[in-house]
Amino acid sequence: MSPVLRLEGLHKSFDNLEVLKGIDLEVARGEVVVLLGASGSGKSTMLRCINFMEMPTAGRIHFDGDLVGRERNGRVQYKEEELTRLRARVGMVFQQFNLFPHMTALQNVMEGPRTVLRCDARECQRRGETYLNKVGLGWKANDYPARLSGGQQQRVAIARALAMEPEIMLFDEATSALDPELVGEVLETMKGLAEEGKTMLIVTHELGFAYTVADRVLFLSEGRILEQGTPSEVLTYPKQQGTKNFLRGHGTFRLPEPQID
Amino acid sequence: MGYEWDFAIVLRDFDLLWLGLVNTLKVTGLSLLFGVPLGLFLALLRLYGRWPIRLPAAFVIEFLRTTPPIAQLFWFFFALPILIGVEIDPFRASILTFSLQSSAFFAEVFRGGIQSIEVGQWEAAKAIGMNRNQTLRRIILPQAVKRMIPAFLERAIELMKTTTLVSTISYADLLYQANSIAQSTFRTIEVFTIAAAMYFVVIFACSVAIRRLEKHLARSGETIVH
Repeated sequence: MSPVLRLEGLHKSFDNLEVLKGIDLEVARGEVVVLLGASGSGKSTMLRCINFMEMPTAGRIHFDGDLVGRERNGRVQYKEEELTRLRARVGMVFQQFNLFPHMTALQNVMEGPRTVLRCDARECQRRGETYLNKVGLGWKANDYPARLSGGQQQRVAIARALAMEPEIMLFDEATSALDPELVGEVLETMKGLAEEGKTMLIVTHELGFAYTVADRVLFLSEGRILEQGTPSEVLTYPKQQGTKNFLRGHGTFRLPEPQID
Repeated sequence: MGYEWDFAIVLRDFDLLWLGLVNTLKVTGLSLLFGVPLGLFLALLRLYGRWPIRLPAAFVIEFLRTTPPIAQLFWFFFALPILIGVEIDPFRASILTFSLQSSAFFAEVFRGGIQSIEVGQWEAAKAIGMNRNQTLRRIILPQAVKRMIPAFLERAIELMKTTTLVSTISYADLLYQANSIAQSTFRTIEVFTIAAAMYFVVIFACSVAIRRLEKHLARSGETIVH
């Protein structure tokens, strides 16, 4: 079976700044891949290139075995309609939630099925309720985003992405904008999806979460994949100096296991 | 000395003033009816058109905003009929002028409103596979329009005041009626006092409504609608 996603020599530059310097990656169906790296290492940019929120400067992206775009004289050209169709099959969750403030939680979740997939009213309603329940917020269906906590907003945003029943979910620092006490509920939701077998590509700073949930961890440095492997290989027994420095920085202050019950 | 006020003479012709007010509202209302959608259209062309469309749209908007309304009115009333060989009555010339003139201002209100929406809203819509038109229709405009309402009503009031210019091409608006009553009764002071009061009542009521609405919107919070 072909991988859901295959990146070949992905490059991305902003003006003269080269952010991605050639990324090769395959993501298998049901795999959970966590991207780690210092800020500026290109992990968010990489994620944003995958659903073409940013246009890659060079390289190829294959989705479900098919090349996205058409290759001409060694350059890939993209049509906006094709990218729009592709984005409907790729879910994305943002750091800033970006819920639609003029719609209720339920309307937010139904918006994709309604406007993009043109599902009938019953199917929209079904999907809306199903995925809102899945993130545990069925009881908040009729609340507007401003009435929800950050953690709840982010869970609605996850439900909104899930309602498109995408083949892969991208998480771009989904918990970075949250107060510490709200991080847990969002990570729980993501973990639940991972256990269900969703294909996920996750950018995060939560190393403990990465260790628990990831099938594979990638460490990005200066626009390249510096190291990859199982969580234990990368996070416990790192080989590269860059990875070691990064992990050392994260482990400077550590709590002894809190005794809570 | 002392001027002897006499409103009775003038009030006998109040139905004429009333007709004038109705005509003023008619010109204002119809100009809004055409000007607002046209303004949205121009704003979209200016924002999202390719340059052969964007630049002319920007030019039209700026031209209409920077030329005196009375010059535009005269052009449509006196010049255009010569060019196209068709007589244009004062009413049509007025509607034509003020629809176009206000559309330029509304275009800028729309543009400001649309640009005030965070880029994250565009990205979120894009990420679930919405195209630009769907995003504008479902996500951006509903939020932008809400933010635009005060600026929008401000422009509508401005428009109503500007429509007094139609009296110069003999359209029987409130100012024109006042003027003709003044000329027949010689009660200039009384007539224009009453006319001013009528403008004041209508426009002041509108501004109070705007302030109420602004307060209501502020209370309901930028992020909540309903």
